[in-house]
Amino acid sequence: MYTPHTQSDIEQMLETVGVPTLEALLRVPDAVALKRRLDLPEALPETLLVERLNAYALQNKALGHTSFLGAGAYRHYCPPVVGSLAMRGEFLTAYTPYQAEVSQGYLQAIYEWQTYVCLLTGLDIANASVYDGATALAEGAIMAVNATGRRAILVSKAVHPNYRAVLRTYAHGMELEVEELPLAADGTTDVAKLDAKLADKRFAAVALQSPNFFGAIDVPGAAARAALASSGTIPIAVVAEAMSLGALAPPAAWGAQIAVGEAQSFGVAVAYGGPYVGFIAAGTEHMRRIPGRLVGRTVDGEGRPAYTLTLQAREQHIRREKATSNICTNQAHCALIATIYLAALGASGLRRCATLNVERAHALAERVARVPGFTRAFSAPSFNEVAIEVPHGMTAGGVLAALQEKRILGGVDLGRWYPEFGRCMLTAATELTTDAEIEQLGRALEAIVAERKEAVRA
Amino acid sequence: MPETPAKETRASEVTRLTNAVTSDVSTGDLRGSTQPAGQVPLIFETGETGRANRYFPNGRSLEEFLPAHVLRGALPLPDNSELEVVRHFTKLSQRTFSIDTGFYPLGSCTMKYNPKVNDAMANLPGFRDLHPFAPDELAQGALAVMYDLQSYLAELFGMAQFSLNPAAGAHAELAALLIAKAHFAKRGTSKERTTVIVPDTAHGTNPASAAMVGYKVVSLKSDARGRVGVEDLRAVLGPDTAVCMMTNPNTLGLFEDRIHEIAAAVHEAGGLMYYDGANANALMGNARPGDMGFDLMHLNLHKTFSIPHGGGGAGHGPVGVAEHLVEFLPTPVVTRRTGGEQPAYALDFERPASIGPMRSFWSNFAHAVRALTYILANGGEGLGEISRLAVLNANYLRVKLRDVLEIPYDEVCRHEFVASAQPLKRATGVRALDIAKALLDRGFHAPTIYFPLLVPECLMIEPTETESKETLDAFAATLRAIVEAARTDPESVTEAPVRTLVGRLDETRAARQPNLRWS
Ligand SMILES: Cc1ncc(COP(=O)(O)O)c(C=O)c1O
Repeated sequence: MYTPHTQSDIEQMLETVGVPTLEALLRVPDAVALKRRLDLPEALPETLLVERLNAYALQNKALGHTSFLGAGAYRHYCPPVVGSLAMRGEFLTAYTPYQAEVSQGYLQAIYEWQTYVCLLTGLDIANASVYDGATALAEGAIMAVNATGRRAILVSKAVHPNYRAVLRTYAHGMELEVEELPLAADGTTDVAKLDAKLADKRFAAVALQSPNFFGAIDVPGAAARAALASSGTIPIAVVAEAMSLGALAPPAAWGAQIAVGEAQSFGVAVAYGGPYVGFIAAGTEHMRRIPGRLVGRTVDGEGRPAYTLTLQAREQHIRREKATSNICTNQAHCALIATIYLAALGASGLRRCATLNVERAHALAERVARVPGFTRAFSAPSFNEVAIEVPHGMTAGGVLAALQEKRILGGVDLGRWYPEFGRCMLTAATELTTDAEIEQLGRALEAIVAERKEAVRA
Repeated sequence: MPETPAKETRASEVTRLTNAVTSDVSTGDLRGSTQPAGQVPLIFETGETGRANRYFPNGRSLEEFLPAHVLRGALPLPDNSELEVVRHFTKLSQRTFSIDTGFYPLGSCTMKYNPKVNDAMANLPGFRDLHPFAPDELAQGALAVMYDLQSYLAELFGMAQFSLNPAAGAHAELAALLIAKAHFAKRGTSKERTTVIVPDTAHGTNPASAAMVGYKVVSLKSDARGRVGVEDLRAVLGPDTAVCMMTNPNTLGLFEDRIHEIAAAVHEAGGLMYYDGANANALMGNARPGDMGFDLMHLNLHKTFSIPHGGGGAGHGPVGVAEHLVEFLPTPVVTRRTGGEQPAYALDFERPASIGPMRSFWSNFAHAVRALTYILANGGEGLGEISRLAVLNANYLRVKLRDVLEIPYDEVCRHEFVASAQPLKRATGVRALDIAKALLDRGFHAPTIYFPLLVPECLMIEPTETESKETLDAFAATLRAIVEAARTDPESVTEAPVRTLVGRLDETRAARQPNLRWS
C-alpha cells in the first residue's frame, strides 16, 4: 500500500482527530453506502506482481515479428541517454509548475521544447503540448474557428483517418461542419478546384498533412496557396511523422499559419498507442488563441532571468467556460522526452536519422516492386512510408494475413479506411529497418505469389 | 479526544522536525536541502556545430532520393555532446520540485508516492514496443490489461463500463458531455437540453468542457455548509437541464451528504448526473459514485492510481457510464469473448451509436499498465485502506492547523481540506500567496491556492496517504512558524521566497511582453 502508518501512528492520529475508527471518518448516508464486499483481486507481493505483469506482456506475440507498421506511430531508435535522464524522479513526479520558484528546471525544459517546435516548424510560437496528433488537429481547427468566426473546416482525405475521425468527434460537439478534399491520382490532395471551394469564404481552415497518410509529400503549390491567401482561410499543416521535419521543408515554408502534429517519433515509445505528445505551433497573431500551457521567460524581483507559466487568461482555471480549451493536464513528460531526444541528436543526428528513413523506405519500395505483380500505388515522392498495390486477384488484407503467417507485420490495409484502396497496403520503414528485414519481406511476398499460382493451378 | 491547542513552537523544534523530512540536517540550510543554486544556460546556448553524437551509420544524402524543392534548408538545432546533454538535464532536474524530493500537498492533485515498480512494468518490452496497429490476436496481453483495468474500475466505482480512451480528466469530461448530448439526441430532446449545472466549487475544466459541447453553464452557489443545497438546485433544474456535474467529496474536501436527494432531483428533471472523479482518493473501495446515482464519471488515474504526474502529464482519464449510456462510449471499446480455450480480446470499432474516437489511438496504454499494477499490488482491501488513511492524514493535519489558520468548514473532512488566510491578511497583510512562497523557502511545496474560488485567501491542502506522521507534524510546525513570523515580522513572509533559485517573478512582464521561445 506504500503507506507508512504503524498501528500506533493510526491510534495516535485518530485520538488527535477525536474519531474512534478509520471507518467512522468515511461514513456516508445509508442510502448511498456500499452494501457488499467488492469483487476485486487480493493484493500481490511485489515478487508475484512482477510475475503477473510479465505474464500479460508475454501474451503480446507481435514482438516476435518483423514489423513494417507505421500509419501514425513509428518505431525509431531512442538512445539510452534519453530514458535515463527523462526517468529521473524529479521530472517524473513533479506536476504542472504552478510554483515557478521551485520549478525552474522543468519550466526551462518546456521553454526549450517550445523553441524546438518553433525551429522545426518555422513558426513563431508553440504551446507546451496537447494530448496527441489527432487532438492537436481538433484544437488547431478550433483556433481557426475562433480566429475567423467561420464554422466549417475543410480537411484533406489524405489526413490520417483517425485524426479526421477525432476532428469529427470534436466538431459534432461544437456543431462545426467538416468537409473533405478529394485525392489526386498521384496520392496527394487534389487542390485543383480549391479556389472554387473556398470562394464562398465558409471555411475557417484547410488542413493538409505532409507526409500524408499514404507517405506522400503533399504540400500545396502556388495556385492553391494563392487561393488560400485570397479566401482568408487559415492553412493548417498536419505533421503525423515528426521525423520528417528533419529532412523536409517546414510547414511555414508553404504558408501554413498553424502547424499541428504528433512528436511520438522523438524518443517516445509506441506503447500500443500512448501516451504520445501533440504539438501546436502558430504565428504570433494566434498567441492568445492557442490552447493549453505556455511557458514564458521573464525576470524575478532582482532582475534574474526566470521562467513561468504565462498568458493564463486563456486557460480554464481562470476563464472557466470562456477558456480557449478545457485542457489542463497535458503531455509534459512526453514533451520532455522529445526535448532530450532532440538535444542528444542535434541537427546533424536528426538530419542523418531522417535521411536514413528516406533511404530505407526507398530500398523497401524498390525491393517490393521487384516482386511480380506488386507496384507502388502512387507516384508522388514519399518520406518513410509507401503505399503498395498488391496483384490483381488479391486483397491487401489477404496478403497481410499471409505475411503474418510468416511472422511479418507488413503494414496496414488501406481498405480499412478507403474502400477504393482494398488492394493497397501502407508499409513503413525507419532507420531501424535492416536490409535483411527488407529481403525477408521481398521473399515472403514472392512466396505468397508462388503459393497463389500453385493454388490457382490446382 | 481532540488535541489541546499546541504549545509554543520554538524555531529549534521546527528545524528538528523539518530536518526529519529533508536531507540537509547538518547545516539547517533549507535551500541546500532541495535545490542547488545557479542558472542553467539554454540548450541552444551550449554545444558547438558539428559536435555530433554517433547514433546512426553514415550513408547517402537526401538529394539522391528527393527533389530539392521538398527539402528543408538550414536545420538550426544545437549540437551538444552526450555529456553536455546529461549535465544539462541533470541540472534541470535538480531545479525541479517533485514528490521524490519533498512533501507536495497540492490540493485536488493527489500527489502520492508513485511506486517505481509501476514504471518498470510499463517499460517491459512486451508493452513498450507494441505497435497500436498490431493485430488483435498478437496483442492479447495489452488488450487483457485494458479489459481488466476497465472491469476493476467499473466494480470499484459502480459503473456499468469504463472506456480508457480519453487522455486526461478534462478530456474525459468532454467525452462524457458528448455522451450526454448523444443520449438526448436519441430521445429527440437535445435541442431543449441546453444547460449544464456546475457548483461554484467545481474545477475550471468542468465549465470549460461544457462550453466545448455548446452547453450553457449555470453556476450554482454552495450553501452555508459548503455543499450543494438541494433547494437551490431545484430552483435551477428544468426541462433545459442536460447534466449536473458534481465532485464528491467536493473541492472543499466535504462529502455531499445529500447526494441521493440531489441525484433524485436531477433525474426527476430528466437530467444526467456527472461525477468528477478528481477526488476519488477519498472514497475508493469505501463508497461508489454508481450507488450515489451518478450516470457518468471520469477518473484521473494520475491522481488516485499513482501514475506519475510527469510535470503536467501525461495523465490518463477513463470515462465510466451507467448501463443506459454504454452504447455511446468512445471507440474503440475492448471486448472479451469467452468460449474458446482462452478468452479472446478485441478492439471493437463497429459501434454505430458511439460518439467516435477522442484521440489518435486507443488509450494512454503505458499508464493503464501502471494503474493495473497499482490495483494488483494493493488488492481491493488495500485500495479501501488507502482511502481511509488518506482521509486520516487530512483530518490529522486539519486538527493540527486549527489554531494556526482559519478552517472555514471545520468538520470531519475527506482526503483534503481548505484553510483560509483571510483573518491573517486582515491582521498582518500576509496573504495565502505569501504563505505558499514561505513554504517553498522551507523545503515544502505549497498547497493549491486561491481555489476553490468561494473561500477567500484559500489554501487547499491534500497530504495523501503515503506521507508519514512525522512529515505532517513537520509541515504543521512549519506553517505555524510562518504564521508566527507573519505576526512578528510580516515582511519576512511577504519577501519569500529568498532561498530558492529565483525570487518571485515579474508575471506582468511575462504576460505583457511575452517571450515564449529562444531566438
Ligand atoms: C476537481 C478536478 N476536476 C478536473 C480536473 C482535470 O483533470 P485533468 O487535469 O486530468 O484534465 C482536475 C485536475 O486538475 C481537478 O482537480
